[in-house]
Amino acid sequence: MTLMVTMTLNGESVSAEVEGRTLLVQLIRDHFRLTGTHVGCDTSQCGACVVHMNGQSVKSCTVLAVQADGAQVSTIESLAENGELHPMQQAFKDNHGLQCGFCTPGMVMSALDLVANNPDPSEAEIRDWLEGNLCRCTGYHNIVKSIAAGAQAMRS
Amino acid sequence: MDTGIGAAVTRKEDFRFLTGQGNYTDDIARPGQAHAVFVRSVVAHANLRAVNTEAASAMPGVVAVFTGDDLQGVGGVPCGFAPDGGPMNEPPRPVLAQGKVRFVGDMVAMVIAETAEQARDAAEAVDVDYDELPAVVSMEAAQAEGAPTIHDLDDNSCFSWGIGDAEATDAAFAKADHVTTLELVNNRKCPNAIEPRAAIGEYDPAHDSYTLYTTSQNPHVIRLLMGAFVLGIPEHKLRVVSPDVGGGFGSKIPHYPEEIAVTWAGKQVGRPVKWTAERTESFLSDTHGRDHITRVELACTSDGEFLGLRVHTQANMGAYLSTFGPLIPTYLYGTLLAGVYTTPAIRCEVDGVFTNTAPVDAERGAGRPEATFLLERVVETAARELGIDPVELRRRNFIASDAFPYQTPVIVQYDSGNYEQVLDRAAELADYAGFAQRREEAKSRGRLRGLGFAGYIEACGMAPSNIAGVIGARAGLFEAAQVRVHPTGSVSVYTGSHSHGQGHETTFAQVVSDRLGIPFENVDVVHGDTDQIPFGMGTYGSRSLAVGGSAICKALDKIIAKGKKIAAHALEAGESDIDFESGEFRVRGTDKSVGFGDIALSAYVPHNYPLEELEPGLDEGAFYDPTNFTFPAGCHICEVEVDPETGTTQIVNWNAVDDFGKIVNPMIVDGQVHGGIAHGVGQAMLENCAYDEDSGQLLSGSLTDYCIPRADDLPSFHIETTETPCPHNPLGVKGCGEAGAIAAPAALINAITDAIGVAHVDMPATPEKVWAALQSAQGE
Repeated sequence: MTLMVTMTLNGESVSAEVEGRTLLVQLIRDHFRLTGTHVGCDTSQCGACVVHMNGQSVKSCTVLAVQADGAQVSTIESLAENGELHPMQQAFKDNHGLQCGFCTPGMVMSALDLVANNPDPSEAEIRDWLEGNLCRCTGYHNIVKSIAAGAQAMRS
Repeated sequence: MDTGIGAAVTRKEDFRFLTGQGNYTDDIARPGQAHAVFVRSVVAHANLRAVNTEAASAMPGVVAVFTGDDLQGVGGVPCGFAPDGGPMNEPPRPVLAQGKVRFVGDMVAMVIAETAEQARDAAEAVDVDYDELPAVVSMEAAQAEGAPTIHDLDDNSCFSWGIGDAEATDAAFAKADHVTTLELVNNRKCPNAIEPRAAIGEYDPAHDSYTLYTTSQNPHVIRLLMGAFVLGIPEHKLRVVSPDVGGGFGSKIPHYPEEIAVTWAGKQVGRPVKWTAERTESFLSDTHGRDHITRVELACTSDGEFLGLRVHTQANMGAYLSTFGPLIPTYLYGTLLAGVYTTPAIRCEVDGVFTNTAPVDAERGAGRPEATFLLERVVETAARELGIDPVELRRRNFIASDAFPYQTPVIVQYDSGNYEQVLDRAAELADYAGFAQRREEAKSRGRLRGLGFAGYIEACGMAPSNIAGVIGARAGLFEAAQVRVHPTGSVSVYTGSHSHGQGHETTFAQVVSDRLGIPFENVDVVHGDTDQIPFGMGTYGSRSLAVGGSAICKALDKIIAKGKKIAAHALEAGESDIDFESGEFRVRGTDKSVGFGDIALSAYVPHNYPLEELEPGLDEGAFYDPTNFTFPAGCHICEVEVDPETGTTQIVNWNAVDDFGKIVNPMIVDGQVHGGIAHGVGQAMLENCAYDEDSGQLLSGSLTDYCIPRADDLPSFHIETTETPCPHNPLGVKGCGEAGAIAAPAALINAITDAIGVAHVDMPATPEKVWAALQSAQGE
C-alpha cells in the first residue's frame, strides 16, 4: 500500500507516493534526489541526516516520510543562494570545520538550530549540543570553532 | 592572498561538500540499477547444511539470489602481504561462503531486487541451515591445546615472526640493573568512517567491460586485485571509481568480497547492482584494527640508560586474512620499537592467530600506535619505578639530533629529527613546570590530576618498492602522477593518491601553483578514477604528499624542462641559459622573458616551435618510488582529572608538538592532528570492539553500543609543529595523518595512571575500570 505525502521541500511544494515504512531521508535522497543529506548509522546516533522540519532540526532517518506530510522541510541544499555560502557554511570553510564532508550537512543544519535558539553559544554549549552529531575526521576542534564563528557572523 | 607552499589556504573541495553537492558512492544512481543485500552468518562458526533460496526468489521484486554454489568458479579474496614472503598459513576466503562460515557477518548469500527494501525483505526469507561448531573467539581460546580449527589447518596459527637480535637482547637483559615489565592489551577497534561502505557493479556488453564504483582509499589497487586475482578481468576492461569517500581510517584500504560480488552479479543480471552497508553491517564486516596482547620488558641501568627491549605479541588476524592484515603487526610494528631512543638491542616476536571474528587490518596508524603504546607505557613506568622524572629519562635516551641518519636495531634507518627540541617545546607548551601546583589545586577540589607523555616516531611515506618486496609485500609502493597543462595555461593534475578527507585537491594544487607560478584557481586535481589516472597505489600510511606529492613534483620538473626548451626557441637563447621562476622563463642576465601561459599556448599552437627536436603539447607523467620511509615524530602531553567517586576521566589539557618536516598547508595539517588525537583518545577511553567469548556474537554492533568520541568527550587541543625537513623527497615532507592516533593512547593512559597512582589500566579506560583500579590501589 502506498500513501501520498505532500510537503514543502526547500521552498517548493512537492508530493510523492511512498510506502508506510519509507523514511523521510529515503524520500529526500532516493525520490527527490537531494543527496546532500546523508545516512551514516540508521540508528539516530550520527546526525549525518539532520534536516529542518517546521524550523527544527530532526534526524531524517528517524522520521517516517508520512510524518512529514504537510511540513516545511529544508535541507543543506537550501542554504547557499546564487553560489554564495550561508554564513554558517562560510564559517565551516574558513575554519576547516570539515574534512571528508560526510557528516558536514548534518553538522551545519544542526548548528543552525542551535544558533536559532542560542545566538551566542559558548564552547561548552556547542560541544553539548553536538551530542547527536558524530564526526570521525576533525576531532570536533574546528567544528566547534566554525559554529562559534558562524554564530558570530549571523549576529552581525 | 598567498596560496603557495606553507599557506593556510581554505579548501577547494569545501564548496561542494558544504552545499550538499558531494558525490559519494551511495549518491550515485545508475540507470536501471538493482539493489543487493547480503545474507550474513548469524553464527560465528558453522558448517552450512543447506542454504535454501526458493522462498526468497519468489518474493516481490526479487531479481536474483546467489549463494556460494553460484560463485564456485570465482577466485577467493586475495591477501597482499606475507611477512618475509612466508611461511604463512593463507587459507582461502571465498566471496560467498562455500560450505562453512567463520565469523558473525561472513557472507552466505546475495539477494538482488528492484529496491533495497525488497532485497532486505527477501534476504529475511533465505533459509540457512547452520550446523554449529564451537567458536574460538579469544586468541587464548584459539591457541589452546585441542582448540577447534577454523580452517583446514593443523591449528589456528597464521604465522610466527620475529625481528631483531635475540642473543644481543638476552645479553643486554643479563647485565641490566632494572627490568620493567608490562602486560598490555591493545584493544580491538572498529574504524567507523561515518560513510558506510558501498559499491555498484556494472557490466557493459557493448564493450565487454566492467565498472565498479566503490568506497575505496585505493581504486587502482582494487582494480589490480579484483581484476587479476579474482575475476580475471584485464585492466583495460575494468574501471574502478572511488568518488568522494566519507572517511577511511584504514577500513577502506582492503579489497572486500562485496566489491567482487556486485561486479560479478552486474554481468549475471545484466544491470548495475548497488549495495550500501547499514551501520551494523559495517561493524560486522569492515575490517577491525589493533587487537594485540603483549608482554614487554625494558632492561635499564640504575640511572635509566635503556639497554634492551624484549616484546612478545599475539596479534589477532580474525577469521580470514584481509589485504594487508599480516603487514600491520609485523613490519609496521616491530620496526618502530626503537621509538625515539638509542636502545641498542631489541627483539620482538609476533604470533598471528586466526579467530572466529571479523578480519583485522589497518586502522589509522596501523602497527605504529601499538608499538608506541607499549614503548611509551614501559618508558613511563620505568621512570616511575626508577624514580627518575619522565622527561629526564626520555632525554637521557634520545637519539641525538646530530646522529642522523640513524640506524636502529630493527632494520629501519631514520632520516632526520630533533626529538629533544620537540619534547622541550611540548613541555613548555604544557607548562610542565607548573603541573605540581595544578595537581595540588585539583586535589583541593577532590580531583586527581595526572599528566602523561608520549614521544612517538612513525614510518610513513610507504614505501621503497624494493624493500617492500623483500619484507613480503606483493606490490610496489610508488605513486604516479600526470600533469596536463592546457593550451591556455590552466592545469589538470591526475594523482594516484586518493582523498577521503585529506584535502588533496587543495594541498596538491598549492604545490603545483607554487612550482609553476600560476594562480591556485588555475589548477584542479583529479583522483579516484582508474580510467582517468594512469596508475596509483592510493592513500594510507600518511603517504600522499610524501609519495604522491613527490610524483607530482617529478612531473612538474619535466614540464618545466620542456618549457625551457620551448622558451629557448622563442627567446632565441640557449636552453642552458633559461631560468624559470615565478611563472616566467627568463634568459639569464637579460630582461628577455616569456610567461608560462605563452609557452603553454605555444606547445599546442606550435607555429614558432622547435618541431624538429620537440613534440608539441605540454603533458607529462611521472612515477616516484621513495628511497626511504619518512619518519615524523613528536611529543604529546595529556593532562587529566579523575573523579575518584565515579572513575570519570576528564581531559583538561592536550598539548602536542609534531615534526612533519616541511608543511604545505598548516590549516590542513592541524586538522589531521586533531582528528588523529580523537582516534587515539577514542581507543584509550571509549572504544572497544567486543565479542561474546563463547558465542562469538559481536556485542558492540551499533553506535549505541560502541562509543566513538563525541564533541563533549574532547577538549580543544594546543598543537604546534617543528621542522626537520625530510632529506630524501623533493618537498621535504614527512606526513601527518596518523600522528595523533599513534601518540594519544599512551599519553592518555600515562596521564590516568599518574593521576590515580596505579601501574596500569587497560584500554579503554572506562570510568568502571578506572574506579576499580583506584579501589584496588587504595586497598593495598
